[in-house]
Formats: sequence, C-alpha cells, structure tokens
Amino acid sequence: MVNESVIWNYLTEVADPEIPVLTILDLGIVRKVSIEGDHVQVTITPTYSGCPAMKLIEDEIIAKLREYKIDNVDVDLVLSPAWSTDWISEEGRDKLREYGIAPPEDEVDKSVLFSEPTVVPCPKCQSRNTRMISLFGSTACKAQYQCNECLEPFDYFKCLK
Amino acid sequence: MEHLFEYVLRIGDDSLILGQRLAEWCGHGPILEEDIAMTNISLDLIGQATTLLDYAAKIEGKGKNADQLAFLRFDKDYRNLLLVEQPNGDFGMTMMRQFFFDAFRKPFFEALQHSKDEQLSAIAEKSLKETRYHLKHSSEWVIRLGDGTEESHQRIQESLDALYRYTDELFYSDEVQKAMESAGIAPKMDDVRSEWNKTVDYVLNEATLKIPDNQWKFEGGRRGMHSEHLGYILADMQYMQRAYPGLEW
Repeated sequence: MVNESVIWNYLTEVADPEIPVLTILDLGIVRKVSIEGDHVQVTITPTYSGCPAMKLIEDEIIAKLREYKIDNVDVDLVLSPAWSTDWISEEGRDKLREYGIAPPEDEVDKSVLFSEPTVVPCPKCQSRNTRMISLFGSTACKAQYQCNECLEPFDYFKCLK
Repeated sequence: MEHLFEYVLRIGDDSLILGQRLAEWCGHGPILEEDIAMTNISLDLIGQATTLLDYAAKIEGKGKNADQLAFLRFDKDYRNLLLVEQPNGDFGMTMMRQFFFDAFRKPFFEALQHSKDEQLSAIAEKSLKETRYHLKHSSEWVIRLGDGTEESHQRIQESLDALYRYTDELFYSDEVQKAMESAGIAPKMDDVRSEWNKTVDYVLNEATLKIPDNQWKFEGGRRGMHSEHLGYILADMQYMQRAYPGLEW
C-alpha cells in the first residue's frame, strides 16, 4: 500500500533539471502530495512565473513514480503562496555552495528602490569581498557575481521573498 | 463575466507583447549581461502572460487555451497598451519603455494582491516579486544613461520625449475598469497613478531628465485600436501557428 510518506520519499530522487545537485524537495517546490484510492496528486509551485523547467519537472515526477509502478499520477501547479527562497532547505543550501553557486542571503527590504547590492560570500574561497556583475544570470533565479579575491566568477541564487 | 474576461486579457496582453518585444533583443544586446537580463525579464513576462491568458480562456468558456489566445487572434482583438508595442529603438529607448511600465506594474501588482478575484490575487503575488527586480534594473539604467555622458543624456531624453505620450494610457479608465473597481477586483487607478508619479519623479530627477510639456496623450490599445507596430509583432509571433496550425514543441 502506497502512502503519502512513501511518495515524498520517492520524490527525493527527482533532481532539479537546471541545478541537478538539488532535488525538487531541497528547492521547496513540492507543496502537497495527496492520495485518493490509487490516484496520486502532486502539487508543485514555480520558482519564477516563466520558469521553463516546470513542464520537465512535471514529466520527471510522473516518470519517477512510474518506476515504482505508480501510474495514476497528476501534477498540478499552484501560484499562491508564492515560492520563496526561504523554502530552500539547509541541506539544499550546503549542496548549492559545494556546487559553486552562492545560496540566497537575506536581503534588505525590497520596497527600497536603491540599495547597495547584497554582500554574497564567494562559494570557492568564502571571501566577502565580491561584486555584483548583473542582477540577471544563466537562469531566472540567479544573478552573476565575481570574487575580488580569487577572481572566481560565480552564480548567486538570488533572494526571492 | 464579459468584463472580467476583458480585464484579464488587458493585463495578459501587456505581459505578452512586452515579453515578445524584449525577446527581440536575444542575441543583440549591447553587452552579454544585458542580453541575458532582457531575455530573463522577457521570460518572466511570458510566464505571466501564460497564466493570465490561460485564466482568460477559462473565463471565456469557449474551450480555448492560452496559446490559442496568444497566437490566433487578430490585431483588433489585442488589448495591450500602446506603450508596450512601441519598437525597441536603441538600448536606452528599451530601458525607458521598460521603466515606465515597471514603475506602473509594481504598485499595480501590490494592489492587485488584494483583489477579490483569487486567481488574479495569486498571479499578482507571484509576479510582484519578479517586478521588483525588473524595476530596479530599468530605473538604474535610466539614471545611468540620463546622468551619464552628454550623448547618453541627449539620447535617453529623446526616448523619454518619444514615449511619454503613451504613459497616460497606463491608467486608462472605461466601463470595464470602473466595473472591476467597484467589484473590488481591480485596483483603483488613481492610487496606482500617484505611486507611479512618485517613482517617475524620483528617478527622472536623479537621471537629470525632464518630462516634456503639453504633449498630446495617446490611447487606443485597450479598445483594440493599435499603432502600426503591433501588426509586425503579430506577423512574427504568429507565423508558426498560422503556417502549421496546432503545432506543438
């Protein structure tokens, strides 16, 4: 008999397609799992409105559960409450750092139009002497930074609250 | 219901057409970082458009989906602002257009979060977080170019002069808008306008730019009366679905 915690456990094997060191659970995008009879409903939420990975994540959830002979699966998308980087697990933050991506830092109030860019420690040498290159990066969720000490260019998973 | 459909279409079409416009920069940005920034912002807008048009299609109840609304309507059926269909021009022109729009979208989404319509409120909550980044980006560029070199100042002032006439339409009010306001679905446009004015005054002052006086105010987009530019956008955007109906990725 499949119960919800078994499904949650299977979902730890689904990696995020863009940052494959993170599982979709590390990222905090799985909001709910519910079972009715033999029907499994998985509810996910997008990181950004236009995140192109959502369809792939949906397909991967279905494929993963199929490996465990669970065929009757639907994945639906909710927008509210809107995803926040606070939902990335502690373990996820460590994995990001090891992978060379700086995890989100708490940022000052976003209603302020102009503020100094957030201090983001370099994921390679941990120096806090880094600079922002661009607010936008290789995916919707990242910004580009460079370390002034070791010169490493790196991605920063920007804070979204 | 008809008013709600019309209202959601307006918000969705703004995101769709501006997203399409910004996507034209893909591979043409002045520097790599800005190429990436503009296409990232485009992606956020297309994402919003997908959810909004999907919702509009549900309200309409004719069994259509977001793609059919995006790709199979004629120009007069689009409800986007004239501002968002204006050509990209140079990079400064694109940033000026983006700034006017972002400065509107931020207070608009802040207020729309409290809409009595649950789906619109959820979309606003999600989109607001992205819009804050967009506004930060566009306003920094307006200041950098306005308060930059003699040439950058002159060129972005010309962009401002060319685009300002389209900003009054941001706060367009008609029967649909009034009905949505009194139903508690739409934000009050006067409140949004006063927030917009604050941001614009502050940023243009920092940028040493001036608002032109006595300009004719253009409107028409909300009624489906567009500039000639929309036709070209649609020709590009709709080509694939017109040539190969129902084609999927």
